[in-house]
Amino acid sequence: MIWQLDLLILILVVLCGIGAIMIRDLLGTAILFGAYSFMMCLLWAIMGAVDVAFTEASVGAGVSTVFFVATVYHTTRRTKD
Amino acid sequence: MKNLGLLIVVLVGAVLIYATTDFPPFGDPESPASLHVSPRYLENSLEETAVPNVVTSVLVDYRGLDTMFETTVVFAAGVACFLLLRVPRRRTPAPRQYRHRLTGLTFRIKDGGEISLPLQEFEPMESIWTPHDFIIEKVCCYLIPFIQLFGLFVIAHGHHSPGGGFQGGVILGASIILLSLSHDLRTALKRMGEKTSALFSTFGVLIYAGTGALCLLLGYNFLDYQALDPLLPGGPVMARYHGILLVEVGVGMAVMGTMIWIFRNLASRGRHEEGL
Amino acid sequence: MEEVLRLVVERYNYWIYITLMMIGLYALIAKNNLVKKIVGMNIFQTAVILFYVSIGVKKGATIPIIEHNYDMAHQAIRAADYVNPLPHVLMLTAIVVSVATLGVALAITIMVYHRYLTLEEDEILKQIRES
Repeated sequence: MIWQLDLLILILVVLCGIGAIMIRDLLGTAILFGAYSFMMCLLWAIMGAVDVAFTEASVGAGVSTVFFVATVYHTTRRTKD
Repeated sequence: MKNLGLLIVVLVGAVLIYATTDFPPFGDPESPASLHVSPRYLENSLEETAVPNVVTSVLVDYRGLDTMFETTVVFAAGVACFLLLRVPRRRTPAPRQYRHRLTGLTFRIKDGGEISLPLQEFEPMESIWTPHDFIIEKVCCYLIPFIQLFGLFVIAHGHHSPGGGFQGGVILGASIILLSLSHDLRTALKRMGEKTSALFSTFGVLIYAGTGALCLLLGYNFLDYQALDPLLPGGPVMARYHGILLVEVGVGMAVMGTMIWIFRNLASRGRHEEGL
Repeated sequence: MEEVLRLVVERYNYWIYITLMMIGLYALIAKNNLVKKIVGMNIFQTAVILFYVSIGVKKGATIPIIEHNYDMAHQAIRAADYVNPLPHVLMLTAIVVSVATLGVALAITIMVYHRYLTLEEDEILKQIRES
């Protein structure tokens, strides 16, 4: 495990997480959440949990983003906070 | 509310960070979690099940009951989405609109009417119609078979490499979702109907539970794949190996069907006519 | 001083996981929008999963796929050479279940939007109180 890479991705994960709940556009939230999931997948690959990383890459970054986009498409993009 | 929330969050975080001082250091091989049951799994998995990927053997064999009910939860979520969103199909077909591809003229067809011209020249137009991009459509057409092949590989090769029923099922489901994103929902429904996806997820759970029940019938414990020895070649160890494969196929079918089912209900708000 | 430095180096991973978990909790408590709340719930969930997987890490160990020849012959297996597979197994299924429950949550959100025509929690509560 390379600790520099680990720390860099951890910081990116926290930034993506904060961005996903702060941005005032629900489509942006969906996309940033997908980026968050993918960073998470890299983190698990670094830890040696290859199966979990594989699952997260296909589920979190792929399918759940599509679910969010489908919901935003049927509701609204606007949000107050 | 915001300040109160911030206060609560900071307090809880401080308590949790104080608690970490009692944890074993990060990456400690002697931590309590790595000492009790996991060395047994690591040391005996290859002899007992002939599966090198320990995650697969623990997931489906040693802790098979756990995984069976997780699969059932996934299936139940699919049913819940269906019950929440699906609206009954209308008796009389609603007025539809078709667009002639060459001239760009739009026709409105009232209930029960049909077009006498060849149907390939028309495309259905929905209230939220957007022009489809030719390049995206064709590239996705050529990409989808390879994605599905990869999904099948992931299911079948889960014993030796990362992967297995859950991942392969999600990849297979994502290929159908890609079809409905790049074309439209109706094209995807024509290729794989609503009934088919629901049946896939039901039969997946049934295969899993049925394998367990078969072991029970042959006189062993529930989900003890050694019982399949008389039915499959290769001795008791290989029987466990093949039993794991059978269950992985069931999990893959269940997850694939459920993903497609949930996506369709979400994307079309349960009407299965128009949508993303 | 050295004691404190050792504590930081050994445990900064856990602290960042707790930060992530608290981001999720804050979104669940303070955000007004329903989709934002669901995103917060998912961030909380992945932070817990991350913590579980990090328990299984061993320094100098490799991924939990046993090295073997084509005829399944292998050397004696030392458990310290492989990452602990048990947290991986438990969390793998948790991720798939989380996406299924996410689907149910979003379905409920769509139903709420079509009843009240808004996703903001305070406006929904106001409409319920007025009716």
